[in-house]
Amino acid sequence: METIKLTIDNRQVEVARGTNLVQAAASAGIRIPTLCYMNLHDLGYENKPGACRICVVEVEGRKNLAPACKTACTEGMVVRTHTPRVVNARRTVLELILSNHPNDCLTCTKNGHCELQRAAQDLGIREIKYRGETTKYPKDMSVSIVRDMDKCIMCRRCETACTEIQSVGVLSAVNRGFQAVVSTAFNDPIQTTRCVNCGQCVAVCPTGALSENSNIADVFRAIADPSKTVVVQTAPAVRVGLGQDFGFSGRSVTGKMVTALRGLGFDYVFDTDFAADLTIMEEGTELLGRLKAALSGDREAKLPLMTSCCPGWVSFMESHFPELAGNLSTAKSPQQMFGAIAKNYFARQLGIDRRDLVVVSVMPCVAKKAEAARPEFSCDGDPDVNISITTRELARMIRFANMDFTALEESDFDHPLGESTGAGVIFGATGGVIEAAVRTAYEIQTQKPLDRIDFTELRGTGGIRSATVDFDGTPVKIGIAHGLANARKLAAEVVNGTSPYHAIEIMACPGGCIGGGGQPYHRGDIRLLQERTESLYAEDAHKPLRKSHENPYIQALYRDFLGTPCGHRSHELLHTCYYDRKPVVAPCSTNTKK
Amino acid sequence: MSQKRIDEIKAVCREHGNDAGELINILHTVQGRLGYLPKEVQELIALELNIPAAKVYGVVTFYSFFTMKPKGKYPVSVCMGTACYVRGAEKVLDEFKRQLGIEVGETTADGLFSLDSLRCVGACGLAPVVMVGQKVFGRLAPSGVRSIIDEFVNLEKEA
Repeated sequence: METIKLTIDNRQVEVARGTNLVQAAASAGIRIPTLCYMNLHDLGYENKPGACRICVVEVEGRKNLAPACKTACTEGMVVRTHTPRVVNARRTVLELILSNHPNDCLTCTKNGHCELQRAAQDLGIREIKYRGETTKYPKDMSVSIVRDMDKCIMCRRCETACTEIQSVGVLSAVNRGFQAVVSTAFNDPIQTTRCVNCGQCVAVCPTGALSENSNIADVFRAIADPSKTVVVQTAPAVRVGLGQDFGFSGRSVTGKMVTALRGLGFDYVFDTDFAADLTIMEEGTELLGRLKAALSGDREAKLPLMTSCCPGWVSFMESHFPELAGNLSTAKSPQQMFGAIAKNYFARQLGIDRRDLVVVSVMPCVAKKAEAARPEFSCDGDPDVNISITTRELARMIRFANMDFTALEESDFDHPLGESTGAGVIFGATGGVIEAAVRTAYEIQTQKPLDRIDFTELRGTGGIRSATVDFDGTPVKIGIAHGLANARKLAAEVVNGTSPYHAIEIMACPGGCIGGGGQPYHRGDIRLLQERTESLYAEDAHKPLRKSHENPYIQALYRDFLGTPCGHRSHELLHTCYYDRKPVVAPCSTNTKK
Repeated sequence: MSQKRIDEIKAVCREHGNDAGELINILHTVQGRLGYLPKEVQELIALELNIPAAKVYGVVTFYSFFTMKPKGKYPVSVCMGTACYVRGAEKVLDEFKRQLGIEVGETTADGLFSLDSLRCVGACGLAPVVMVGQKVFGRLAPSGVRSIIDEFVNLEKEA
């Protein structure tokens, strides 16, 4: 690799050719402030419009200041990142941004997590010298996302996430000059667009312009209601995300989380991982069924089977590739399987009406809010999952309840819906669902125990990956995509009949659920996302049981209640169908004449 | 929108190879035919070029040349570029607003005049500059606004 030597703040730095000054400085422990710039290299996300100018530095021999994010390192370059001239320029830029900002930090949802706030703190802004006209936009919200564009600083990270990483293309910069803002086509309400609620716009927004639609108050209300039994389920990725807000970075905090949830007043603390194991039983059986049918010449057998755990992907499929509805596994997502079992099995065990059981889910995801609200996932108006909150919202609830998270003892989930295997844990990382499915499908199919449980060929960060797993003589081809632009490529192959795979796992968010739109903000720190993934695989490796079909509570559930996987009752409770939600662009039906 | 119009817009897109890189040219041509670019037209173009409607809307709202509202028969454009601005373009614009009784971006009730401001028409030597349709008026003072409006009102009467 060709390298370049340069000097930054009197320090010698050696970097690969093509490295920009922000990255080069970071490698020497110098953090040049950035706002619009964000780089998640391994996940293919890079936003550097050079718009904010907060990262300017002085380069010897260059007359004007250079934006570090847009300036490539050259041999012998001498860079200074904090001269009076640089700091002055930076402060002016920031003061101008703040002159058109609500500056209501104390009551802002991003308080304490805002990159603009941090920049103001680091630069010691004590007064906003500039006063003038400010922009005013109406707040816009969907079930999942709140847009408060008065707080937008036009970094356009959300647009990059929506258009390039997700290929959804709902958000775009519109208008010009002072009126410029990121909006939807024709400023339509976000709820009416093809937004899939993945929340990647929220995940990258540096300010309070984009946030989740919070349901914390609903949860506290349910807990305070003595007539309700309130159960909570926590998704796999939550346990490696939650700790970040309490100094644990991307490490697993499962035991403390369980204690915290109990402390918040939930009557039963259960685990979505249990439902993930259940998903594997259903989806794995479905995969084997379709494989067998296809191998015996059944042309009706829809292959590849595509996973359906991710509501962002399901939504994307329905609005962009409805012709693939038959390829998706009919298995509900773990969140919804849990809801169905809690309301139809656990409530009965407790001897209470399903309406008196409130199911709360903690998810790394904002799309889960929209999923829980789907009418097909409720019974006579009573949703299977009543309230879905994000990892971030749980962190806020823990603070609200005066808990010192770091000092909490560790404790275990309740039974029967809290026991899980390592297979359920790895659902939180890209490739995890299909690895979990392979562990179970292999043993059911071959009736032989696996030699090795770790299918490392299915792991990794590549946006599109593939591997062939040998099922005792039958090669099963597996495709994996994360990020919807990658998913689009695999989906297009399936549509035009060139897909080589038998099974495809798709996760909407880069990295899988660990990078979900409801997780504590990563602020562009790729190492944090890597740590979350490693923590999940480590937790899996330490579990006594690592294959879903070995979960004794899952076995009991089938024995006592469900019958067989993909059997009659399973179909009734654990499977779903999909809808064609492709917008009908039929201009003939609309009349443009006023 | 009639089927004929849909076919016409699709044909324009096809002439440009349904190429997303040709978006501005396509919008230019379509606006030339229709006079404006309503929502349905932008959605159709987005569909034909296989790009998000938000992107098309972004371009339409970025360039002051494009409009989503039907323009007047005689579109008035007041240059607010630096040279024109310092030589009093704003006063000229205000006079047009007063005389026509409309704001920037609006069209008079009789459909004759619409009013827009734009940035630099490349005739800074004539600042302040106003264009009505393709006709250019230079070195304009607010006192000259009435006669320009009258010129087109009379033209309309004769026609």
